[in-house]
Amino acid sequence: MASALINVPPRAKRGEIIEIKTLISHVMETGFRHTQLGTVIPRDIIRRFVCTYNGTEIFRADLYPAISANPFIVFSTVATESGTLSFQWTGDNGFSVTESARIYVE
Amino acid sequence: MDQAASRREFLKAARGVAVGLVAVVTVKPAHATPAEMQGAIRAVVGSGRITPGKVKIELPPLIENGNAVPLTVSVDSPMTEAEHVRAVHVFTEKNPQPYVVSFHLGPRAGRARVSTRMRLADSQNVVAVCELSDGSLWSDSAAIVVTLAACLEDGI
Repeated sequence: MASALINVPPRAKRGEIIEIKTLISHVMETGFRHTQLGTVIPRDIIRRFVCTYNGTEIFRADLYPAISANPFIVFSTVATESGTLSFQWTGDNGFSVTESARIYVE
Repeated sequence: MDQAASRREFLKAARGVAVGLVAVVTVKPAHATPAEMQGAIRAVVGSGRITPGKVKIELPPLIENGNAVPLTVSVDSPMTEAEHVRAVHVFTEKNPQPYVVSFHLGPRAGRARVSTRMRLADSQNVVAVCELSDGSLWSDSAAIVVTLAACLEDGI
């Protein structure tokens, strides 16, 4: 089962720009490699990453096979209100993982 | 004298063969080509004019392992409701596919700076194109030398 690591500051000042780091364990098989018998290893990648802040989408990324295994994505957002940041990764073979983190804005 | 002449002839012939080899290699590229990358960029951002500037790619000039190359793209933008970055797309010249990643941002990002790790199949140019909220397109490219290419090793 895939596991995700998320780094969100637990507290922030209102209006402050916070940096969010995410890492998820996934092979990101490109679909361009072959086995020793010559058959192509089928593609298995995460295609989309979405981050929502209290239900509003603030960041989205479309991933392709050129992204390294265990995709690592860093982005930022403005701390507007206390609440939940939720992260969703979806991909090939029905892959879907959702994680969330709380933030307290003062 | 005669011997020197034959040596010259040999070198001439050898140079001809070498030029022939280079020609064969350049005629058949193993991966996607810069032209395909241009096609991919047009397919993603449309036919608008792309101006160099505003966006900046940060890549190491030389990387040992092409399987995980740190990539940071930042855009010079105030990130307000009126003027912000809508999307940043990254493309490569010589990977099997020109697409790398598309980031969709908005005014709530606060700062237009994103990082990830990418795979590179060869030493090549990486291009980032950003779309601003006014519809303008800006680009930057970076050259990188890769010692150990990704995608070469095979599975079991």
